[in-house]
Amino acid sequence: MRRGTSTTTLALLLAATMLGGCSMMPSAIKPIEPWVKPYERERLADPIMKLSRDSLPEKHFEHVRSVREGGRGATGVQGGGCGCN
Amino acid sequence: MNSFQRLQRQAAGVSGPMRVAFAALIALAATTAPAALAPASAAPDFTLHVMDGPNLRLKEQRGRVVMVNFWATWCGPCRQEMPQLNRLYEKYKASGFVLLGVNVDDDQRKAAEVAGKLGVTFPVLLDTDKVVSKLYDLSTMPSTVIIDRDGKVRYVHRGYLTGYEDNYEKQIRELLK
Amino acid sequence: MAATKAAISLWRRLLALFGGIVGGLFAVGHVRAADLPENKAETLFHSYSGGGVTALGPALLVRKSIMDKVSVSGTYYMDAVSNASIDVVTTASKYHEVRSEFGLSADYVYRDSQITLSATSSHEPDYTANTGSLDISQEVFGGMTTVALGFSRGADKVLKHNSPEFSDAARHWQYRLGVTQILTPRWLMSVNGEALSDDGFLGSPYRFARVFGAAVPERNPRTRSARAVKFRLVGDLGSRDSMHAEYRYYRDTWAIKSHTAELGYSRYFGQAWLADAYARYYSQTKAVFYSDNAPTETVYVSRNRQLSTYTDASLGAKLSYTLKKVPGQYDLKLNGAYEFTHFSFKDFTDIRTGSLYGYNANIVQVFLTATY
Repeated sequence: MRRGTSTTTLALLLAATMLGGCSMMPSAIKPIEPWVKPYERERLADPIMKLSRDSLPEKHFEHVRSVREGGRGATGVQGGGCGCN
Repeated sequence: MNSFQRLQRQAAGVSGPMRVAFAALIALAATTAPAALAPASAAPDFTLHVMDGPNLRLKEQRGRVVMVNFWATWCGPCRQEMPQLNRLYEKYKASGFVLLGVNVDDDQRKAAEVAGKLGVTFPVLLDTDKVVSKLYDLSTMPSTVIIDRDGKVRYVHRGYLTGYEDNYEKQIRELLK
Repeated sequence: MAATKAAISLWRRLLALFGGIVGGLFAVGHVRAADLPENKAETLFHSYSGGGVTALGPALLVRKSIMDKVSVSGTYYMDAVSNASIDVVTTASKYHEVRSEFGLSADYVYRDSQITLSATSSHEPDYTANTGSLDISQEVFGGMTTVALGFSRGADKVLKHNSPEFSDAARHWQYRLGVTQILTPRWLMSVNGEALSDDGFLGSPYRFARVFGAAVPERNPRTRSARAVKFRLVGDLGSRDSMHAEYRYYRDTWAIKSHTAELGYSRYFGQAWLADAYARYYSQTKAVFYSDNAPTETVYVSRNRQLSTYTDASLGAKLSYTLKKVPGQYDLKLNGAYEFTHFSFKDFTDIRTGSLYGYNANIVQVFLTATY
């Protein structure tokens, strides 16, 4: 049980340190070009494409479900959207 | 066994697929920003249709300081920036300054509605086919390009935060001299 | 001794996490800044009613950005619970209770990263829960990919009505990793993983288990470790509508395995209306020490129906009406949501009738949202 949690946390740490090391990308590996340009994000910027629109109702559903169901977690991270600035 | 040794043991235990996943993460993390607009290079020429008006060609603006601002109705910082740009346009248009607002919406009626609501007086050009956006290789929304009287790109601003308009004003004044 | 070692290793993990993030912030790339979350205010009236339990109350959220650098938000959430559930009715009598929760969070944007610090404190007469979280999200790959890391730590205090000598605690840890990837100008997908760990008193001091037909106070393990992974797909369908599909798999050391699947559709009608509809299905297998009527004496035993084998299916809809909209300035929306869920237990019986238990639940939400 404990070991399982530690291995996973270590994996998450590795992810964090790798984010830090992304400036040291070897030039031999040619990076892939992002294929959705900032000016093509009109549909993605629409509120109906948001993973979660209103926080309080979402919080209420999560609370009801976590109290009544055994399964929990992995609720989500925001991304997509306008991509401005 | 101290905690460092334990950590070493755990590091060895990270499975193969996990390592591959993280290697992929590094590869994805590489951001590319080939600047098609190197300062002091000639500004790519284009012709676009003005909202409720005739076509407008960039080359015809030679002799004036041109600011090209790429915006969209769905972009929050763009809408924030517009009143500031309008103010700059009204202030310097008599001195040989022209501001072109290139809109990249799919629906030009939305562009007309928002431009009207924000009280925009500078010309709004419609780039529905994204031809000019591709030509200028926009990496951010909004993007603002300042071109001098000889048609050379002098400043490129990516994004908008409060206070950027003071910078714009300084650069416009410098080029108008 | 073990607690100090655990605390030190936790610190090491946090420092390494922080170091990684700071390293990421200094990574050379073109200077972009992520956008701060928009200013908004929400007022909600929520109600849950099902299986003899009704919980309703108001909730409030206000979020404001300060000087384009930090976005702060405060929430207040209240639950007035009236409990006459099957557990309560068969072993005790109906009770009423009020739970209130306060939350505070701050979002800070630096270049492509967004750092969120938040804390919540929930209080009811016999249970206090305090949680702190740190979430960091980074936009990479030209803004097409968002990677997020998160950590939460919770500390609970458990008391018991009419038993002043009872006092126990529970602690929770959660580690999250998520990636959202834009696939095309109309589709995006996300994968989220979470590792959860709980320690301490993880049951209810009021609940009874049944061994050889006799009521016995439940005995739960004092640790629980879980993993969950969720896949989500969101897409624009071209006529001012979108759909989303998600699947989550959960597994823990109590031997509970669960699957959750949801399918939803949203559509704009005219200039002012937005409607959403969704269907959700949940199924789980029982905890290893769960039994409706244990035939043997085991170290751990529980008759908590939340740990039994069961499924629940829901249908929900939401309607949103824009009362006032000034683009670029503010908008005000009135919303209503309703969800119907049917719970069907496979190895939990209603003591009163002896047959397998099942019940329906209704969730109603009415809320006002404003962005400014």
